[in-house]
Amino acid sequence: MSPDGRFGGSATGKILAIGTGVTMLIAIYMMFLYAPQDTMQGPVQRVFYLHLPLAWIAYLAFFIVFVASIAYLIKRNRRWDQLARSSAEVGLVFTTLVIITGSIWGRPIWGTFWEWDARLTTTLILWFIYLGYFMVRAYVSDQERAMRYAAVVGIIGFIDVPIIHMSVRWWRTLHPEPIVTQSGGPAMPDSMLYTLGVSLVAFTLFFGYLVYQKLLIEQAKDQVADHNLAVADREADEAREHSAKGATA
Amino acid sequence: MRNLDKILAIVWKDLLTEVRSRELVVGMLVFAMLTIVTFNFAFDLTGIERAPSGAGALWVAFIFASLLGLGRAVAMERDKGSFDGLLLVPVDRGMIYLGKLLGNVIFISAVQLVTIPVFGALFDLPVYQPMLFLILFLGTLGIAGLGTLFSIMAASTRAREVMLPVLLFPLALPVVISTVRATTLVLTDRTEALMQWINLLAAFDVIFLTISFLVFDRVVED
Repeated sequence: MSPDGRFGGSATGKILAIGTGVTMLIAIYMMFLYAPQDTMQGPVQRVFYLHLPLAWIAYLAFFIVFVASIAYLIKRNRRWDQLARSSAEVGLVFTTLVIITGSIWGRPIWGTFWEWDARLTTTLILWFIYLGYFMVRAYVSDQERAMRYAAVVGIIGFIDVPIIHMSVRWWRTLHPEPIVTQSGGPAMPDSMLYTLGVSLVAFTLFFGYLVYQKLLIEQAKDQVADHNLAVADREADEAREHSAKGATA
Repeated sequence: MRNLDKILAIVWKDLLTEVRSRELVVGMLVFAMLTIVTFNFAFDLTGIERAPSGAGALWVAFIFASLLGLGRAVAMERDKGSFDGLLLVPVDRGMIYLGKLLGNVIFISAVQLVTIPVFGALFDLPVYQPMLFLILFLGTLGIAGLGTLFSIMAASTRAREVMLPVLLFPLALPVVISTVRATTLVLTDRTEALMQWINLLAAFDVIFLTISFLVFDRVVED
């Protein structure tokens, strides 16, 4: 929280908030009005401009969790854990949205909300892994130990993702092949690509803003917890002194 | 060789405890058998398609039994306070991990060695193949590798019986997929794509044993 007590009151918070607001408005305009209608898929194709940035940024979020978890286990500085848990929470929300937007697209195009294809299955498993990440935190009473355990899950979980993906892909696959990163350039008109680019920038800023706010909240939470602990200690000391005085008198 | 002696001492302690108490392997074994019998009602395990379903049933049984055994092993140590004692021993924490891992692998393998012939007889599948035993070993190593780490973590959470499967199932998914696929291929004698899965299993084992070995020290400190 900023010194004047308002969330987002700092310069970083303001820049991220304004940047997100402006780019998100442009992105929404472009994805609904500027980008051409897909001749094959119709209007439902536009969910792609939400789906793909969400998916990329969910991976980015878990990568940040991975790096922050390693840093926490080495440095033992609580700030790294605060970053990891902030990023993990936004990542979990984005992963949920990836699955929902994908289902919205899948229903008219594939004729079903869900397919057990490699990317979908990997994403679902990813979701479960980070759910476990938060369950570990919730079920460990000792804060410092919760941070260590969560860091272990954050590291193992991220390294597992490519292996899970490979194993499920060998199992079977149905998801459209990557069309943005394929060799020989993206297979879509420039206007669609620009829309995607702006959407990606908007969601990256949005992600930065959310993580930044979450980080402030987590820092405040830890400060409150420290304060409560100190007060409880002091009260216990005073009570002990009091009873000791009572005994001598 | 000194390190190997330390690991074997830990394994020996666990084996001796098990021989005297017989709390783990018998329970795991009965549970694994019951799971396979129950799957008989869920899937058709008599027709031509019984190999894929059977392989799935077999591995679900092994994984459930492993979860049971891993959780129970840590609970026993905790009840007796012997794990705290183990941590006080002046050996590298990584050696403690490897010792516990080896003990768990032996227990799960013991269950498998009894279950496999029964499974083969009940569902009339050709189970006596060297490749199958390689798959069993690699799969067990993968599950026990992550399972040993997570069972010790889960033991100091409030919902310990819940946390172990919640952590282990999604992360051990590559083991489940590749062992089930590889087992199916072996049972139906289609060996052309087998090495792909065995390589994946081996890679998984190497990566996660290494990471678990490295982070174990951070999990058990205190």
